[in-house]
Amino acid sequence: MEEIGIDVHAHHHVDPVVEYKASKLGMWLFLATELLLFGGLFAAYAIFRAKYPEMFHEEHKELDRTIGAINTVVLICSSLTMALGVASIQRGKKKLLSLFLLLTILFGIVFGINKYFEYGHKFEHHIYPSTSIFFALYFMMTGLHMLHVLAGVLVLTALLILSLKGKFSENYYTPIELGGLYWHLVDLIWIYLFPLLYLIS
Amino acid sequence: METKAHIEEHHVGYTTYILVWLALIVLTGITVWVSYLHFGVFNIVVALLIASIKASLVALYFMHLKFEDKTTWIFVLYPIVLLALLIGLTAVDVFFRTAP
Repeated sequence: MEEIGIDVHAHHHVDPVVEYKASKLGMWLFLATELLLFGGLFAAYAIFRAKYPEMFHEEHKELDRTIGAINTVVLICSSLTMALGVASIQRGKKKLLSLFLLLTILFGIVFGINKYFEYGHKFEHHIYPSTSIFFALYFMMTGLHMLHVLAGVLVLTALLILSLKGKFSENYYTPIELGGLYWHLVDLIWIYLFPLLYLIS
Repeated sequence: METKAHIEEHHVGYTTYILVWLALIVLTGITVWVSYLHFGVFNIVVALLIASIKASLVALYFMHLKFEDKTTWIFVLYPIVLLALLIGLTAVDVFFRTAP
């Protein structure tokens, strides 16, 4: 009887806390590798902008500031709905979590649609990654970022399905927290990409 | 045993999130506005400063970094140091190279 008592205690109290904290730390470690993945591109950007300031200034005018700004606002809104989703499930509000996950996914899709038209518009004007160093960096940085938005939308969709199945509660929401961390990083990277690419004055 | 550790975790309120969101929107507006002014080299400095304030708000509140322990902070700060080394040392190499 004594052993069973310890076992149950371990499963319900000690393990979940350690597991939750270890999972979060693992996610932060993954985000660190993500930051350094983009870091190589940021380094390339810094070097080439310092070397060819006129080219960066002239060619960035081809980019649409309005779409860039709209997409920035869209991603900030998606981060808010994600954060509110985590806050909801922490308080045990399961339906609210599903609603906020759905909104976050929709904002992600709106971002993707805007990007689709933006790229299409560039190709119509015969602007490709091979056009110049500036556009090579533009397409690489926003393209890699777009892949992350896509991955984020897929992860959030999986979380939404699990949420609708009632897998999460105020006692267990680790995947929601981790998915949220990933999504916020995608927003965080864009916060730097927007002024660096669209707002060169 | 930390039986209540999970429950005792700091829960940020809905209002805080909405205020952070509002600050992010306002700062986005300021970045766009500032880009039309001419400070020369300082334009990029101002742009990066505002972006860093926005990034800090996202990390501290949306990502709950404000309430995380020291270990997590080390995991966050160390890659930033590496990033600074990567960009800094590459710049030193490129700009102090003498023509052969």
